[in-house]
Amino acid sequence: MKKRDIPAGIWDSCQSCGHMVYLKEVEENLNCCPECGHHRRVNARTRIEQLVDTGSFVEMFADLAPIDPLKFKDRIPYKERLKEVQKKTGELDAIVVGRAFIRGRAVVLAVMNSDFIMASMGSVVGEKVTRAIEAAMESDLSLIIVTASGGARMQEGMVSLMQMAKTSAALAKFDDAHGLYVVVATDPTTAGVAASFASLGDIIIAEPGCMIGFAGPRVIKNTIKQELPAGFQTAEFMLEHGFVDRIVKRHDLRRELARIIDYCGK
Amino acid sequence: MRSGGRVGLIMGREMNPITYLDFEKPLLRIEEDINLLELEQQQTGQDLSGEIKQQRARLVAKTKRLYSHLTPWETVLVARHPQRPLITDHIQNIVTDFCELHGDRLHGDDRAMITGFGRIGGHKVMIVGHNKGKDTKERVACNFGCAHPEGYRKSLEKMRLAAKYKLPVVCMIDTQGAFPGVGAEERGISHAIAVNMMEMSRLGTPIICIVIGEGGSGGALGIGVGDRVAVFQHGFYSVISAEGCAAILWKTHEQCARAASALKFTSKDLMKLDMIDDVIPEPLGVAHRHPLEASQALEKYITDTLRELKRPKIETLLKRRYDRFRNIASFFEAPSDTEKAKNDKPRVKKSSGTKGRAGSRSRSGTPSREAASSGRVAESSSSLSTSSATGSSGSTGSVRRRTNGSTP
Ligand SMILES: [Zn+2]
Repeated sequence: MKKRDIPAGIWDSCQSCGHMVYLKEVEENLNCCPECGHHRRVNARTRIEQLVDTGSFVEMFADLAPIDPLKFKDRIPYKERLKEVQKKTGELDAIVVGRAFIRGRAVVLAVMNSDFIMASMGSVVGEKVTRAIEAAMESDLSLIIVTASGGARMQEGMVSLMQMAKTSAALAKFDDAHGLYVVVATDPTTAGVAASFASLGDIIIAEPGCMIGFAGPRVIKNTIKQELPAGFQTAEFMLEHGFVDRIVKRHDLRRELARIIDYCGK
Repeated sequence: MRSGGRVGLIMGREMNPITYLDFEKPLLRIEEDINLLELEQQQTGQDLSGEIKQQRARLVAKTKRLYSHLTPWETVLVARHPQRPLITDHIQNIVTDFCELHGDRLHGDDRAMITGFGRIGGHKVMIVGHNKGKDTKERVACNFGCAHPEGYRKSLEKMRLAAKYKLPVVCMIDTQGAFPGVGAEERGISHAIAVNMMEMSRLGTPIICIVIGEGGSGGALGIGVGDRVAVFQHGFYSVISAEGCAAILWKTHEQCARAASALKFTSKDLMKLDMIDDVIPEPLGVAHRHPLEASQALEKYITDTLRELKRPKIETLLKRRYDRFRNIASFFEAPSDTEKAKNDKPRVKKSSGTKGRAGSRSRSGTPSREAASSGRVAESSSSLSTSSATGSSGSTGSVRRRTNGSTP
């Protein structure tokens, strides 16, 4: 893994508590701050490594790559943006899907990757989420999606917006088939993803302190012309208002997921 | 042909209720000429009817020309035009015996979402839609058409009620987006929109979704899952507002026009991209100049479509509705032997929201894909008096499928 290549002795200040922390120690602590427990963002591969039984992950639909349906160009063409980020991350798009075992329970797992254009949902993300749902349905397995996203990928226009409807419709089928679907919301789960499959879990788990919300805080502030309340749009806020079942620390995720599967899964 | 502003003009320009956007000013000048000629004729008794007729013809031609070449940004301005017919206008114009139903049974009654029973062309339906409000007071009361979670939950309540009594649902979309506010987040706006989409995908009654003005992202899609998705000719439907897109990607608001073009959200582009099923042509150029005719075009579309949607069994309809959204995609899939053999889906996929539609078409004897798409366009243009933009977009609309083996 890339992270392992970072030479020892690199320090960083924690975004949350400001302490200087030794990165290797952070990494060994599942990318949480050893001082305050702040959950840092992790990329999809690291997340999978942390979450599943060692060596059990078998990737699916790995060859789906984005195209540029609108021939979109802002300051740089979307195609170039894609190439750049694909090179940087080594991923084709913002989600990794596969089968795995979590404490011996077989699951279909999808993990979003916030390193890739803020894990925005374009056609590839929508399609892979939908295929993950279908795979779980066909093989009668529980489905776990680790969400993180800035929302729909505007460079793909309406194709990306429609992925919200597509994934939600697929989840309706999975629901009809009594499949278990667990959402693990991580930082940040927002906009189009929050307003589709990330809100439709039978069980919704969130990592402590992660951002969950629909509209961007700046947009809200400009609309209501008031300061936002403290802790607005965090996992804790969502729990308080009834939209999250449990807040689970990263260290407990495997155990908690196994527990839920034992209650509901097949 | 009567022009919408005529009455007002005869009574003097101060009373003319029509707002002219910058690019509409040439029309105003012709209308003023006609106005003067009419006044002169009235006062002097001179017969100027020939000249007036000529000017009227010029006005019609100019109007048609003007609105057939709108830029995407001008389309946004037209779709948000202060006189553009709103859901309340359409209800007044084409719905008989409208019986409004309020409240989401949980929190309150969101004025940004109107719901109720009504009859359209002999069909009993449930009407659901955003209301932007007519005057300042109403606009404030309904947050300019930006709904809260209770608005979406109210719409779902009423749609479920409709399904229970086998009434089709007609959704009129007209919103900048869901309301961005603290209360909306506290009451789970994400959840409300997500649940609406999920439930609409399996709601056991026909659903028609029509963007009558502005289709703004998730807030539009929250009542946008159905058997048919149509957009008025000068409406638009976008993943993000041009302003929002410009602010994020260009870091400035000045690039709205560029963002509007880049997003490809006009009815014509959406047809080409296969995101929508139909375009409803606007009367003589544009809806806000002829609101009644616009409503009539809507009525015709709804009645024709309902007749079609009521025919198949509900299971068939639901399967087609599912496939319609399931097949919206645009990606490249490299051939791979490691891939699970199970997934025998097409390797390369460019959207085809109309798959289900093509299926429904085949019953009427046009089984090929091209025939299906041109048949669809023919239907919407033949059923309505004017068809300018639809016809042209339809001819290119069939070029959608990507060839195998192209590289990303
Ligand atoms: Zn810390």
